[in-house]
Amino acid sequence: MAAIRVTTPLTDAVARKLKAGDSVLITGVIYTARDAAHQRLTEAVAKGERPPVDLKGQIFYYAGPSPAPPGKPIGSVGPTTSYRMDAFAPKTMELGLKGMIGKGPRAKEVIDAMKRHGAVYFAAVGGAGALLAKCVKAAKPVAYADLGAEAITELTVEDFPVIVATDAAGNDLYAAAAA
Amino acid sequence: MREIDVREIERAVRDLCVETNIVADTDVLDAFRKGMEEEESPVAREVLRTLLENARIAAEERLPICQDTGMAVVFLDIGQDVHLVGGGLEEAVNEGVRKGYREGYLRKSVVKHPVTRGNTGDNTPAVIHTRIVPGDGVKITVAPKGFGSENMSFVKMCTPTAGFDGIRKFVLECVRKAGGNPCPPIVVGVGIGGTFEKAAIMAKEALTRPLGERSGREDLARLEEELLGEINKTGIGPQGLGGKTTALAVHVNAFPTHIAGMPVAVNICCHAYRHAGKTV
Repeated sequence: MAAIRVTTPLTDAVARKLKAGDSVLITGVIYTARDAAHQRLTEAVAKGERPPVDLKGQIFYYAGPSPAPPGKPIGSVGPTTSYRMDAFAPKTMELGLKGMIGKGPRAKEVIDAMKRHGAVYFAAVGGAGALLAKCVKAAKPVAYADLGAEAITELTVEDFPVIVATDAAGNDLYAAAAA
Repeated sequence: MREIDVREIERAVRDLCVETNIVADTDVLDAFRKGMEEEESPVAREVLRTLLENARIAAEERLPICQDTGMAVVFLDIGQDVHLVGGGLEEAVNEGVRKGYREGYLRKSVVKHPVTRGNTGDNTPAVIHTRIVPGDGVKITVAPKGFGSENMSFVKMCTPTAGFDGIRKFVLECVRKAGGNPCPPIVVGVGIGGTFEKAAIMAKEALTRPLGERSGREDLARLEEELLGEINKTGIGPQGLGGKTTALAVHVNAFPTHIAGMPVAVNICCHAYRHAGKTV
């Protein structure tokens, strides 16, 4: 499968052009965020505070890496299961998020929000954390360091391999597989 | 009476935690290759190819196969002729986990309180299951369990007359509900009988069996085969993106139960089928 190369931040035009089933290689900056980070970020925004990163055009990677061994920027870093972020995802898209990387199907509310905001849901191969780590060139803690593996970390990635699981028009590979 | 120093157990736990998280099970890799030959979907083949490549990189670079290096589940079969010396057994196991997860650069995924959270910082405590058995050795099995698949595990108190059909129906319902979430291709551990908790522990223990090893009981071995066939017809496929390779194996354990019931537990494991043992 020929892969489509995209760079972050994602523009609306690029995001809307990606179709479910496309293989994509992402280059640029992406941010790790999972359960606890989503909870904190959305609680802060609800209180009128600014999120710790500007989400406009950005991609959240639902992941909690293993620690970096000496001489490496990061340890294993595969995706975590996405449905746990479903309750928070529409809010993050409202704040400008254009892409999410995770694994497993999303709720209807999330797909509806993706259609509204022109956002894309990418699947990375779960349990391929060592392979995906090779695509991470640098890692920098950004927020919530006290959460350990659940902190928000800025990853600089090169040709990070994902598949479009759900596109901005709502086409969904998981729904197709389950049918 | 044979004396065993608990520090020997600590060292074994440490080493087993590191190795099983970094070096993939060769039976699993063979199953990926077999799946690649059978799959018609390019996405399914690509996912399996990626998993094989991932295992190679993990071993070469000494990185964990998966970043979720799990909560450490430790089974201890303690010979009744053993006298443990040198400290507390549970503390030794936890110290082994602590060292393994620190020195192996494994992820610390355990929180202090299930509700108020707060990472313990060293992946302890482990979940320890001990059994007293005949003999003068200690058999240690470490099975780190990731929660993508643990979250997709269920117990049902079936009726006594539900039979094999009832079991098959429930297991398939669980697998369908889990879909792509537990990182298929999965390994399915099933515990039938006993009580509520016995069924769950049997299902967990089924996930320490060599991949695809059949039950010694003919009726259970047949159930394992049938379930594997039916699960692989669901279409869920590798990562839930469609295909034939949804499960690599089904392992069933059973125990006598009460006249009024038939507990059935389904513990799903992701393709990172991690378990390693050592006898001291």
